[in-house]
Amino acid sequence: MTTEPFLAPVTTPAERREWILRLLTGTQRVDRIRRLRESIILSLLFLSALISVATTIGIIYTLSIETFHFFQRVSLIDFLTDTQWTPLFTEKHFGIWPLLTATLLVSAIAMLVALPLGLLAAIGLSEYASPRLASIVKPILEILAGVPTVVYGYFALLFVTPLLKRFIPQLEVFNALSAGLVMGIMILPLVASLSEDAMRAVPQSLREGAYALGATKLEVVWRVVVPSSLSGIVAAFILAISRAIGETMIVAIAMGQVPRLTLNPLVAMETMTAYIVQVSLGDTPHGSLEYQTIFAVGTTLFLITMVLNLLSYRFLQRFREVYE
Amino acid sequence: MTVHEVLPIDREFTPRLALRKRLGTLFGILSALAIIIGLTTLGLLIADVVRDGWHVLSWDFLTSYPSRRPEQAGIRSALVGTFYILILVAIIAFPLGVAAAIYLEEFAPRNRLTAIIEVNISNLAAVPSIVYGLLGVGVFVRTFMLGRSLIAGALTLSLLVLPIIIIASREALRAVPPSIREAGLALGASHWQTVRHFVLPAALPGILTGTILALARAIGETAPLITIGALTYVAFTPKSLFDPFTVLPIQIFNWISRPQAAFHERAAGGIIVLLAVLLLFNGLAIFLRARLQRRIRF
Repeated sequence: MTTEPFLAPVTTPAERREWILRLLTGTQRVDRIRRLRESIILSLLFLSALISVATTIGIIYTLSIETFHFFQRVSLIDFLTDTQWTPLFTEKHFGIWPLLTATLLVSAIAMLVALPLGLLAAIGLSEYASPRLASIVKPILEILAGVPTVVYGYFALLFVTPLLKRFIPQLEVFNALSAGLVMGIMILPLVASLSEDAMRAVPQSLREGAYALGATKLEVVWRVVVPSSLSGIVAAFILAISRAIGETMIVAIAMGQVPRLTLNPLVAMETMTAYIVQVSLGDTPHGSLEYQTIFAVGTTLFLITMVLNLLSYRFLQRFREVYE
Repeated sequence: MTVHEVLPIDREFTPRLALRKRLGTLFGILSALAIIIGLTTLGLLIADVVRDGWHVLSWDFLTSYPSRRPEQAGIRSALVGTFYILILVAIIAFPLGVAAAIYLEEFAPRNRLTAIIEVNISNLAAVPSIVYGLLGVGVFVRTFMLGRSLIAGALTLSLLVLPIIIIASREALRAVPPSIREAGLALGASHWQTVRHFVLPAALPGILTGTILALARAIGETAPLITIGALTYVAFTPKSLFDPFTVLPIQIFNWISRPQAAFHERAAGGIIVLLAVLLLFNGLAIFLRARLQRRIRF
């Protein structure tokens, strides 16, 4: 857009009048074009924001169509009550429980690591470490969250499992224990980072008030800081569970592909995500029952994680409302 | 909160101050231990990978195609595929993500639709990546009939990282003080001009940092690409957007799942390259943030 020189070479009053008129009409024209241009830009921006909604609709649409086809051939009752999952065998069973149990077992192991360690790390960073130390340690800790999951799979299968086998000789090559432990370390920074954010949002005056009343460091942490930031911590915990349930590569590599209903963490099992990977690696024709099973499993996975994500969002909103 | 709730005065007051203080210190040591466990694991992981894979690293390893013979297998096709995916995802996801963030942060009215979009984005950011893979199969591979192609993979990963870019960009925009906007409007600039010429440049370091980290996430992803059927054995580099492809994480996964130890060493070598690329990205993000932030001060 070119702008008129503000001090035009004006000599006579007539010339001045003409110049002002030109300037005014010109401005009006520019104004109209500008307004049109900007309303187009605004709609483009709006459309970009709508892509996220379209993504969700796309996910729900894709999952539900194939899942619908699946349930025309397999009854929902079987899916929810059968205790075997053998869609790739001749004698087919479609009970989700072996996959679901494996998923929940490995997530539980991961949470036993990630939740206490993550919360402790958050307390350490927010309450004990000096701001300088925290600003150095936190980014290093967050590298853990940026390591690709396939690398953790390698680590679990070829480092942690052989290491654990020295102490637990009956441990199988593929097992839930080392997958769960490694997954826990992977999720630790997520818990630590989100919980620390929540703790930092607790006003300093609350801490000082407690100190003034004679509380020690530990009492301030456990009776003031943690309770005050509880909804943020809970949100972090729920999000961590959701992450564990949806985690794919660690379990696909280190936990095996044997769908069996057990709570023994020392043997091979197959999670929902690992099953999807297993089928995707084969060449399953579109429209076959095997192809549809991964969407039925995917729908189960999506529903579980969505409920957790929304729950976490609710908790997070609540904690934001309190201190803003 | 009353005093009695916060501190056990009156009823069970224990003046053993030394003990209480010591417990506090003990707890500090415990929390330091938690951090040390995390950092130690990171160190062990890197040491393990480097120990296993250091000796396979060579120019041949980078420039050879995968092979059935482990001593000849390289990562050329995977490296090229990762590079293409990176470029495509950046081209697709960056403008869309920033545009969505600008809309939500600067223009969106506070209504139901905006609230829905916001909840939706925060949910999408936490949807398991493999579900995006299923979306990719259903929409890009089948409905749009793109097949198991480079572009199908790039579109799938773009949708995956879009929420991350939006959230990071919104945070960067929110960090620009309102006075900047008011100054722009006071000078007669329109709402869009204010955003375009004042707010966006000021938020750019944060936006770029967030985008680079999102791209790092994209090149580390394996599961959604396996689901859309990126091939595990590709002995060529893609010539067009519609060619089959492979990427580094998939090549690594392929080598890990073979029984021979020689392939595991190749996998470790691939991991070192992948981690080096990611380190480069993180370094770039930190550098950009430091560099651009110095130019704009409030």
